[in-house]
Amino acid sequence: MQATTTTDHAAEIDKHVRVYITVFVTLMVLTIVTVAVSRYHLPVPIAVSVALLVATIKGSLVACYFMHLISEKKLIYAVLALTAFFFVALLSLPVLTHADGFYIHHQ
Amino acid sequence: MEIPYTVEIRRDTGLTNGKIGIWLFLASEVMLFGALFASYILIRTGAPTWPRGDSILNVPLATFNTIVLITSSVTMVMAWASLMRNRFGTFRIYMGATILLGGVFLVVKYFEYSHKFETGLFPSTNNFLAIYFTLTGLHMLHVMGGMAVNAYFWGPGAKLWKTNPEWFRNRVEHSGLFWHFVDLVWIFLFPTLYLL
Repeated sequence: MQATTTTDHAAEIDKHVRVYITVFVTLMVLTIVTVAVSRYHLPVPIAVSVALLVATIKGSLVACYFMHLISEKKLIYAVLALTAFFFVALLSLPVLTHADGFYIHHQ
Repeated sequence: MEIPYTVEIRRDTGLTNGKIGIWLFLASEVMLFGALFASYILIRTGAPTWPRGDSILNVPLATFNTIVLITSSVTMVMAWASLMRNRFGTFRIYMGATILLGGVFLVVKYFEYSHKFETGLFPSTNNFLAIYFTLTGLHMLHVMGGMAVNAYFWGPGAKLWKTNPEWFRNRVEHSGLFWHFVDLVWIFLFPTLYLL
């Protein structure tokens, strides 16, 4: 019984390792894509969108597979949901500042 | 006195205390880098003109460093997987590779920084460079911190493997989470600073 459990466990880890290698290759390809796209000197809004989209995909792959977020406990998701909320709030501050400036400008 | 819930799972959280601890720490790190990214957006959108990163910074070197850091993330996760397979020797090789790759990243960064200083480009030169040095400098400190922890687990801290392998696995997993976070931050820093 013990031997079967150990074999199952080893097979499980082997499966994980194959996923890590696939993610690694994907990350390398996406890095090349990011650099290649930047050489086209696209208009700033498009360039920013593409760069952030690719970075988000890469970041998600690292978080989901290397950090094992794809199979994590609920409490960790709750902590991260709260973090994501405040992170978005933080990044929205510059937008609010601009809205404020716009308001003052048009008084 | 023994530290509670280092190996056994807490019934209320379903996790060890170390796991919750590292994720709370990473949450605070998200806010730290988030504040700096928000400052970057504010300063950049408020500036009448803004240089493209590749007109000042060295993109090939940064691309190389991106590849180095991603590779180090893979070796880190392989180090943990080696412990899960009870292969301590392989763990040492992968962990050693992770530390070495961290070192390569720092050496490349040293050359990048010294080239900037030699050509008279300092944080005080303009807003772009102020942001570049602040963000990459803070990130570099994180690389150094991660390397120090990993070096401890590669060297003296590895003694724990003999007495409590489960605890050692957990510790390596947690240091790995930090290392992957450092990689994740760089994944966003690279395009936003160097390519846009």
